[in-house]
Amino acid sequence: MAFDLGFTADQTTIADLFNGFFTNESPAEVARAAEPLGFNANLWQKALGLGVAGMAVPEQHGGGGASLSDAVIVAEAVGASIAPIPVVEHIVAARAHPITDLVEGNVIGTVALTPAVDGTWSYVPAGAIADIVIGVDGNEVVAVRSSAPGVAPRNHACQPLAHRSSRHGDRTVLGNVSSFERIVAEWNTLTAAALVGIAQRSLDIVVQYVKERHQFGVPVGSFQAVQHGLADLPGLIDGSRILTHKAAWASQPEVAQVVEPEFNEYTDFKVVSSMAFLFAGETAVHATDRSLHFHGGYGFSEEYDIQMYYRRARGWRLIAGDPRNEYVALADKMFGDN
Amino acid sequence: MDFALSPDAVAYRNLVRTIIADTVTNEAIDEIHRTGTFDLPALNFALAKHGLLERAVPGMGKGDPIELWILFNELEKAGAPYDGIAVSLMIAGVVNAVGTEEQKQRIIPSIVTGEAGVCMGYSEPDYGSDVASIVTRAVRDGDSWIINGAKMWTTMAHVAKWLILLTRTDPDLPKHRGLTMFILPMDTPGITVKPVHTMASEHTNATWYDDVTVGDEAVLGEVNGGWRTMTVALAFERGVMGGTNQGVPLLTHFTKWAQHVGLAQDPAVKVEMAKAAIDMHVSTLLTQRAAWIAASGGLPGLEGSMAKLFATEAYQREARALQHVAAQPGLLGFHEDGAAAEGFIDYDARHSPVTTIYGGTSEIQRNNIAERHLGLPRNR
Repeated sequence: MAFDLGFTADQTTIADLFNGFFTNESPAEVARAAEPLGFNANLWQKALGLGVAGMAVPEQHGGGGASLSDAVIVAEAVGASIAPIPVVEHIVAARAHPITDLVEGNVIGTVALTPAVDGTWSYVPAGAIADIVIGVDGNEVVAVRSSAPGVAPRNHACQPLAHRSSRHGDRTVLGNVSSFERIVAEWNTLTAAALVGIAQRSLDIVVQYVKERHQFGVPVGSFQAVQHGLADLPGLIDGSRILTHKAAWASQPEVAQVVEPEFNEYTDFKVVSSMAFLFAGETAVHATDRSLHFHGGYGFSEEYDIQMYYRRARGWRLIAGDPRNEYVALADKMFGDN
Repeated sequence: MDFALSPDAVAYRNLVRTIIADTVTNEAIDEIHRTGTFDLPALNFALAKHGLLERAVPGMGKGDPIELWILFNELEKAGAPYDGIAVSLMIAGVVNAVGTEEQKQRIIPSIVTGEAGVCMGYSEPDYGSDVASIVTRAVRDGDSWIINGAKMWTTMAHVAKWLILLTRTDPDLPKHRGLTMFILPMDTPGITVKPVHTMASEHTNATWYDDVTVGDEAVLGEVNGGWRTMTVALAFERGVMGGTNQGVPLLTHFTKWAQHVGLAQDPAVKVEMAKAAIDMHVSTLLTQRAAWIAASGGLPGLEGSMAKLFATEAYQREARALQHVAAQPGLLGFHEDGAAAEGFIDYDARHSPVTTIYGGTSEIQRNNIAERHLGLPRNR
């Protein structure tokens, strides 16, 4: 191993493939048309054609053998296009429970982020459309196969959320509750990547807009107030992206899991993925806030795309609950609970 | 992406940590804060003895940007004084890049042995961010140059052996083109140094130049090529040579104190601690990226701007947030009874404001990023 912040040749191919796919197949109109549910079955079928369902499942389970780092690249492309398909949730579910139906994408899988209470998982992402939900029930991690409701409450992020039963359906015990930490760490990592995609694309959209939009006889992007409102974003976004890739790198078994705050050294997967999720979340919220604002009134109108990014930046992270709880849990992992 | 340092880099880092542990004692740090001179000869000599100063000069010795990043990152995480050697090594790199053979032989050995420090005369009383407009004049007089003017923020001028001095040699040329850089001994007649004390304990200086007379041996780079010489220095410095992880020792001091007094159990305090740790880790990743680009043969000017901008703004946020949660004990200075984090909360709240000013203000960095990275129209 040697320090290298670039992509491998294979990863460049993956990035080109998926960026091209989402640009062609999932322009903003697709996300808009999929509101309020937030799912397009036709797009999902097309994505399955690229092998997205089992790409990050090990080959011995019939998957594509791609790494979590590779999946990060795909998840960023999903976020950039706010594609209305559950790529992040399904990849995490298929890695946790690599049965044929999930690996081949015959059914949709997802994860319930908070433990079941009285047999119910609340606010399950992709819960309205998923056939298999993986989550914690008591002291166990279980996969429950049951019929998807197909409807979701209207929500900020146009996420197909639903409450799902952890008891009713075809129920398989996957392991002890402690094994769920890694599943959450993977979801944090891939969601962070999607949030990086949201932030990056919203910046790209607004930069184009402020170059074209004229007021007072000049492009609004020539005003220093506007420039300085945007100039903080590239560092935040690049930092989020590198941190997210670091989380994926830290997930590998050969990486020693280090937590040394006094040396600013963190290679523990759970710690770095939590950092990435929190930081990319803050970045996406800030980037979409600035990007919407510099559209002026148009940014507020449904006709423009930026408001869709704004809502998803907030919604996709809040599915996991109040971020302060995640900060507290992270602090306990870094500094100990004392 | 692969975040593992090579075994050589890890060995190098461990050596730096050992040297720091041996030389940067609590007493030494105390003395530095008392005098305001953020330089520690014992540390410099120990680094030199292991060949680490020569090895760190950009473009010379090993000159590996990853090592350079490791060196300064370890120093700043330990709260070690590195202002002196950062400037000295950067200028040694400039001499190596644009100096004559005679200059290289005369100047660089004195720096890499830890014996001689360098101070920078760029800013002036009337020209800070607009440094290309400086008016300190160097005038040709036979074989000599006669220099007159004044400089501000010549930090280390009271202890340095060398001075790198930006002057105007041709006022008729456009402002960036009529500048010439000199490097001369600080004991050259005609130089006056007066201290400027700052709210962060740090002692900097104002310097005056009255008929300071030097020969061509003092011209560094081309006559009227001073701007280029300066950009060489900035390319070495930005993002890689310290200044992007100053919140790490603050967080370490805070955590130790907050755990001792029980404050660290408050969830609101944990949130701030976690945010600070994340910000400092992102800062280090952005800095590592700049170093990695430099190590790959690129010029990380914009990436360095991003690292510097994010890291210093984040350090200020952290200093403010931790002082808030520390409450009244966070007001107390070093050696005061009950001071939060032994006085470091007060110190970092005093020190952090300067970090978004020196080395290119946040506004200068934002101009760079807006124009050169985002491609927005130039507005000045």
